[in-house]
Amino acid sequence: MTETAQRRTVAKVEVRPMQAPPPAGDRRRRRLTDQMRAYGFLLGGLVCFALFSWYPAIRAVVIAFQKYTPGSDPEWVGIANFTRVFADPEFAAAWRNTLTFTLLALLIGFAIPFVLALVLNELRHAKAFFRVVVYLPVMIPPVVSALLWKWFYDPGTGLANEALRFLHLPTSNWSNGADTALISLVIVATWANMGGTVLIYLAALQSIPGELYEAAELDGANLLQRIRHVTVPQTRFVILMLMLLQIIATMQVFTEPFVITGGGPENATVTVLYLIYKYAFLYNDFGGACALSVLLLALLGAFSAVYLRLTRTSGEDV
Amino acid sequence: MSTRTLVSPAALARPRGKAVYWSVLTGTVLLFTLAFLFPVYWMVTGAMKSPDEVTRTPPTVVPEQWRLSGYTDAWDLMRLPTHLGNTVVQATGAWLFQIVFCTAAAYALSKLRPVFGNLVLGGILATLMVPAQALVVPKYLTVADLGLLNDPLAIWLPAVANAFNLYLLKRFFDQLPRDVLQAAELDGAGKLRILWSVVLPMSRPVLGVVSIFALVAVWQDFLWPLMVFSDTEKQPISVALVQLSQNVPLTVLIAAMVIAGIPMVAMFLVFQRHIIAGIGAGGTKG
Repeated sequence: MTETAQRRTVAKVEVRPMQAPPPAGDRRRRRLTDQMRAYGFLLGGLVCFALFSWYPAIRAVVIAFQKYTPGSDPEWVGIANFTRVFADPEFAAAWRNTLTFTLLALLIGFAIPFVLALVLNELRHAKAFFRVVVYLPVMIPPVVSALLWKWFYDPGTGLANEALRFLHLPTSNWSNGADTALISLVIVATWANMGGTVLIYLAALQSIPGELYEAAELDGANLLQRIRHVTVPQTRFVILMLMLLQIIATMQVFTEPFVITGGGPENATVTVLYLIYKYAFLYNDFGGACALSVLLLALLGAFSAVYLRLTRTSGEDV
Repeated sequence: MSTRTLVSPAALARPRGKAVYWSVLTGTVLLFTLAFLFPVYWMVTGAMKSPDEVTRTPPTVVPEQWRLSGYTDAWDLMRLPTHLGNTVVQATGAWLFQIVFCTAAAYALSKLRPVFGNLVLGGILATLMVPAQALVVPKYLTVADLGLLNDPLAIWLPAVANAFNLYLLKRFFDQLPRDVLQAAELDGAGKLRILWSVVLPMSRPVLGVVSIFALVAVWQDFLWPLMVFSDTEKQPISVALVQLSQNVPLTVLIAAMVIAGIPMVAMFLVFQRHIIAGIGAGGTKG
């Protein structure tokens, strides 16, 4: 009994070292004002998160099951939105394009920055030049990059075909041809975004202890073997993280197809997000747009969950 | 001094190693110049060519005449002052709102121990799992219900709901030494005063990072402003460029693209060391 009493005094002394313990009622009031003050600081942020993050997430799911026209009362329609969206031939095209785009972006847009970072890490000159130049396109507004490449891809006078003619190669329709449009957009996205991947991967490469390479060399490992058995395993976590981030980002691609191809030719570049935009703003079908959003959300949410899981658990060993 | 990397210093010191190194270096410099600098050069000079020179095949590498009329025409024809002004207002406002509300919320979550603080933080972090673009339609409907369409508040308020920046700030505040804040409290400073005169001055690095993220995000955004600004007068430069791209001569469009790109590129060149260091550190340390 004396022990508990003692402990309580100690606790009080820790909280307010310079003052005598205040009477209980006063303390409760003080705690309440502290809480009110804390929530006063939180208020602005909380309201914005509630209105523009939490509520829209719930609302997407609700409207996906409604016939929704702004200004009039929504009607429950069950899964009609989903069946209508599934029946739309553009639905299959949009998913096929988005998944192909993501896969191509992963192959091209991931292999190139990976190799570039490996090379840059070996170079001892012009380091600042490389880092600034590779990141420059990231700082150019995406709309500007898209318009710039649209001009390059002009079949008649664009720079892309000029370069092919200069090299005496057959010219291409680039973004104007049904079978080359998607890959043309992947090139734009890769050009515009690879700076971030290069810089992050470069930072990861610099954290590999040099002794590992020395040991591998002593064991007779050649250059490719050293990449395979030292570099890749040592940076496996960053590689995986960057891949997931890239998948999440490229599955939401919108600006490039909207600006460069307008979804064409023959729906070859309609993406899921583009289709969501069309349902909402061209067809005025918000129920269909939300049904599509819920599908995209479920898929991307799964990727994000994996990503967050990875970053959370590895926090200690990186 | 450099640490050991993939290729050993001994191999580089040999004559053959040196030759390979210098050719790889030259090759990489050329590749980077061609891939990243040449398109920018082509854009800047393309705007200076005459309308008929710009579509000529084969093209001229250097403009015959360095005309600035493309730029001045773009400035007037596409009403760039209005649209650039809109972008500046939208970006500065979003930055200001984020700095005020995200800092205050992060400070409360980090130092003021609100009840249910962990629940709130969990709710905020959960939004990181929800990719922003997938929610644009319901977010648009909410903004429409609030009567904020064609109002810069439609950019400013959603910008505050940025879990990434808020979490960056909170994590930084968590690391501030507790005794400094307690000393200020004993001196009789209120919570707001502590935030303003103790926490914020100690948080300059993270405030810099958050500021750059906030500005760049609004300046580069396209889909969201395309949705919320149907009024041409209110459109930021990114939306206006696309909307007007069909109706202006090519040289004028290119000039407008250059002008739209200048502010962010200039900011990047000024702060490049901090930005590049931040990306590397942020990427590997999560």
